[in-house]
Amino acid sequence: MTRSIAELAAVLAAALFIFALYWMNDPKTARHGVIAGVTGMTLAILATWIQPEIVHHGWVMLAIVAGFAVGVPLSRVPLTAVPQRTALSHAFGGLAAGLVGTAEYLLGVSAHPAELTAFRMSALVAEVILGFLTFTGSLMAAGKLQEVKWIPQRPVTYPGQNVVNIGVLVAAAVLGVFVVNNPTAPWAGTAFNTIVALATLFGVLLIIPIGGADMPTVISILNSYAGLSAVAMGFVLNSKLLVTAGALDGSSGLILSIIMCRAMNRSFTNVLFGAFGTVQKAVTAGEQKTWKQESVEGAAQLLEQASLVVIIPGYGMAVAQAQHKVRELYDQLTKRGVTVKFAIHPVAGRMPGHMNVLLAEANVPYTALVEMDEINPEMPQCDVALVIGANDVVNPAARYAKGSPIYGMPIIDADKARTVLAIKRSKNPGFAGIDNELYVQDNTWMLFGDAKAVLGDLVRQFGSGGLH
Amino acid sequence: MIDYWSMLFVFVLATFIGLGVIRRVSRLLYTPLMSLTNAISAIAVVGSIVVAGADYPATIRVLGAVALFASMTNIVSGFMITNRMLKMFKKQ
Repeated sequence: MTRSIAELAAVLAAALFIFALYWMNDPKTARHGVIAGVTGMTLAILATWIQPEIVHHGWVMLAIVAGFAVGVPLSRVPLTAVPQRTALSHAFGGLAAGLVGTAEYLLGVSAHPAELTAFRMSALVAEVILGFLTFTGSLMAAGKLQEVKWIPQRPVTYPGQNVVNIGVLVAAAVLGVFVVNNPTAPWAGTAFNTIVALATLFGVLLIIPIGGADMPTVISILNSYAGLSAVAMGFVLNSKLLVTAGALDGSSGLILSIIMCRAMNRSFTNVLFGAFGTVQKAVTAGEQKTWKQESVEGAAQLLEQASLVVIIPGYGMAVAQAQHKVRELYDQLTKRGVTVKFAIHPVAGRMPGHMNVLLAEANVPYTALVEMDEINPEMPQCDVALVIGANDVVNPAARYAKGSPIYGMPIIDADKARTVLAIKRSKNPGFAGIDNELYVQDNTWMLFGDAKAVLGDLVRQFGSGGLH
Repeated sequence: MIDYWSMLFVFVLATFIGLGVIRRVSRLLYTPLMSLTNAISAIAVVGSIVVAGADYPATIRVLGAVALFASMTNIVSGFMITNRMLKMFKKQ
């Protein structure tokens, strides 16, 4: 009887999870998705809990309470910290898979050796490798995003890095084959622990050479791994629900990774083994042009006289927490009859959709947020393109500079606007790694300073004293 | 005995459903999508409940309890932050 309830709950939960994702196709219905997800999850948990084999209720209760105690504060982080939180949750997902895999193996060896068939052992080894590499890899990614002191921010590379990385993974896989074939051999336990250690090490090594600009892709790939580790766990535990939910998560991570890679014109292997941001030599030969600075007053005037302003936000807006000031500027301009649109590059920020969430937080209506492909045809009609803390995604070098690491990457055509205003924190051109000739174009004017401060000054120009 | 063929079958079909559904997700919502799928894949919690709560040796139950804690954290923070972000998306 309880078994049938569990099966029914699993079917319902699977259907609700698919609906949850389906409703995400429109911001209007998206919140139904959360309700569907929570309902499915609650059903599945309760149906599992009432099974007769669960006898240690205190343990289950304690772990659930602890999960709430950590989960609730984690859901209240500032939105600029959402990339870190996401990476951390991939780490937790990987850890859960790795630990359950380890527990199932120990259990199998001590009590049910007959259940450790070659197929189940293969799934188990896959679960443990994927789980633990996702765990440490995501922890490293979260640490880099949080700018933890003892994790190097810059990509760390050394000769033979890829050989070492792949060697570690291959060693884990080879040991895995041995353990699959002899799960109860006297040495199998040691071999299993070594697999765990190698997977843990591989996760760290995988993320060390990754730079900030690659984070949206890397987070998506880790998302996919976390999903796949849940699938492998489903195979081990004979749970179709787990396989389904893991496959949904895995395919979501896969699609996001593909979109991120396309938006940077790079391949998976190139992101993971290419160490972006390390070998960038100044490709600009010939005459060195210099930037022109604009005053806040002048910039305000340009903006007010425009009929179409396109704002292009980047990671710099997130760092400066400038989204609320952006919204104030948006209000001032729309009040004066200026059309304001936001051009969102798929990899702007540190994770997929990062800019959209920050602007939504500041109450910018989502109808004003336009994707790169849709805004680009409009750029020649744009009077002022206002670049806020974006760099690579507006660098015209991506179109023709074959030697540049961003060559071939689709960009927002800010340079085609009649006038470009760019807010940049530092005058030092070399800091971002690649020189951006957009800043020295004839029709570009620079506003130097912290994005939040500069935007605050701009908004003040539109206030009582200045323009009206 | 586990019927691996039907498991594989479920995996392939679920992946195709996933690809079909995710492809239609609004580009505005990729960040909440990630936290939502993350919460959903924390359904691994059902496995952890069995490992932590059944009558197994204590070492194994400790592993299960830690896994259960990790999954539960993802469920709670994943759904809550998704809801918090989605509330912010307004048309006007």
